[in-house]
Amino acid sequence: MTATHDEGLRSAVDRSAFLSRFRPRGAVWLAAPAVLVLLVVLAYPLGIVVWRSFTDPAVGVDNYVWFFQSAVNRTVLQRTFVVAAWVTLVSLICAYPYAYAMTIVGKNVRLALILCVLVPFWLSGVVRTLAWVILLQDSGVINSILRGLGLSPVKLIRTLPGVVIGMTQVLLPFMILPIYSVMKGIDTRLLQAARSLGAKPWKAFLQIYVPLSLPGVYAGAIIVFILSLGFYITPALLGGPRSILLSSLVQNQVLSLLNWGRGGAMGVVLLVATFVLLALAAPLMRQKHTSSRREA
Amino acid sequence: MHAPQRSAGAAIEIRKASKRYGAFTALNDIDLHIRPGEFMTLLGPSGSGKTTTLNLIAGFTDISSGTLEIGGKSVTGLPSHKRNIGVVFQHYALFPHMTVGKNVAYPLTLRGIKGDDREARVKRALDMVKMADFAHRYPNELSGGQQQRVALARALVFDPPLLLMDEPLGALDKKLREWLQLEIKRIHRELGTTFVYVTHDQEEALVLSDRIAVFNGGRIEQIGTGRELYDSPATLFVGRFIGESTVLRGSAEISGDETVMTTGGQKVIAHGRLAGGARPVILLRPERVALKRPGADVVSGENRLTGTIAEAIYLGSGSKYEVRLADGTIAVVRGPLGAADFGICDTVDIAFLPSDLILLPDDASADVTLT
Repeated sequence: MTATHDEGLRSAVDRSAFLSRFRPRGAVWLAAPAVLVLLVVLAYPLGIVVWRSFTDPAVGVDNYVWFFQSAVNRTVLQRTFVVAAWVTLVSLICAYPYAYAMTIVGKNVRLALILCVLVPFWLSGVVRTLAWVILLQDSGVINSILRGLGLSPVKLIRTLPGVVIGMTQVLLPFMILPIYSVMKGIDTRLLQAARSLGAKPWKAFLQIYVPLSLPGVYAGAIIVFILSLGFYITPALLGGPRSILLSSLVQNQVLSLLNWGRGGAMGVVLLVATFVLLALAAPLMRQKHTSSRREA
Repeated sequence: MHAPQRSAGAAIEIRKASKRYGAFTALNDIDLHIRPGEFMTLLGPSGSGKTTTLNLIAGFTDISSGTLEIGGKSVTGLPSHKRNIGVVFQHYALFPHMTVGKNVAYPLTLRGIKGDDREARVKRALDMVKMADFAHRYPNELSGGQQQRVALARALVFDPPLLLMDEPLGALDKKLREWLQLEIKRIHRELGTTFVYVTHDQEEALVLSDRIAVFNGGRIEQIGTGRELYDSPATLFVGRFIGESTVLRGSAEISGDETVMTTGGQKVIAHGRLAGGARPVILLRPERVALKRPGADVVSGENRLTGTIAEAIYLGSGSKYEVRLADGTIAVVRGPLGAADFGICDTVDIAFLPSDLILLPDDASADVTLT
């Protein structure tokens, strides 16, 4: 009996011993090229942004005081997070069933579904956004169809819903792919087991499948949310004055007003807010079990 | 610290059941009656229809034709979640995001059992499989044997009248498998639940079962106790699948009440004759055959075939010999502890009484399916 009790522990110890035995020395240097690139193109410019936000035009926190004293800035910051949250939510609602469908269909249909995700991905964001302008504008395709059906046209271009629609379409692959990669590893025989224990099919899905798919949902949601926060082209082209997001304000400060300090401060505020949100979300993602993957 | 209460096991009545997948017939017109509280093993090689039968009982697949009754009621069209049957899978199927305790509580939660009652029943079920100390662990922190014990507790915690097990020990090593076999046997004795157990391991079937149904090619070849299947197999397939055996083939003549077979130029006499015109073969069990020096220790009426020892294996509890007979057949003979030792290439006689051999109709499929 004790022998079987210790078995799991022992095999875990064996595994880690095995890994450390075959870990070649200096493996860390394999990461060197990536680290170098990140240092040059990310850390260094970011350092400059932070530095200038505190020093340009004068040393101090003036830029931050300015940012938070302006009602417009606070509204735009809040709107940026609200839009990111909407884009994340709408993407999730579209992506979850799509990813699930990808796991249950045949090989050819799955290939077609993957292509549907990836082909728009290969097009330039500008092209896609201009396509959305054509679709959404007041005399655009959607409103023509609505009018043709005898319905009253809706205002989509230069509104927040228009921005959310456009951003969701651009960001959808970032939600679908992580969810799909987790879903395809879920052992669906667990659902059969749940049904044998008395669970109705929808209950088995909600109580077994959905929790096991959550790591993919979290990963996709975080990627989409963070990308949304810094989105520039799509909101700039699809949005109007009442749907300006923080990236446009930064662009305005830096490129139009040449006010690098204020632009930098805005960037730093966005960065810090993102980190705070991530820190709040982190406990959600810490799961004790490592995976649901079926054993070989 | 008591095991779940003894429950009345459910009877299963399968009549003329078939299962077809397109042109492929997985199960061909089987009849199977399982008594309440019985430990019935479905034994057979892979693809023989035993798992299909289990899936039909569990409600994972629908029957193509025929009837299936559990506890006297037809379950045709009843989905698996309404059948109230415990199922244990080869792949454990524990929910990785739930602790052991939550896994075992799951079927109770689904049945609206809450609070102290649920806790008590979970504890009782985990005590039964000796896993009570692991209630707060996650499945991936447990070994295979521990996971399967938890799965067993989960399948029994709601006191189902019927437990189905699909090769539950298939992924475990031999020592653990043997220990768990005895645990399963003990639990079956304590509960009185009907157990239906699928395996391809005939030894496991013999250890566990009240009765065994031997499957081959989508049909049931024979149903009986281990002793019945071993001592009087109905078909050559059953004879070869259960236990070790030697098959003698040759030209046969009927003389009165005896069948005389000539194999490798030597005669073997068997009592009785086969009904119909079937071509007979002789099945020998290794422990019913004695090894003797050529011409020595003659017992009246015994059959003797001369051969040479091709392999001699010392097993601790005795020895096993493979004897190459005149026609090339390899005969397996078990020498008891303390019997005379023979070496490779020794010329020996294998000796057996007509009452110790089994006369069966030949069946070419028995050789093909045994891989």
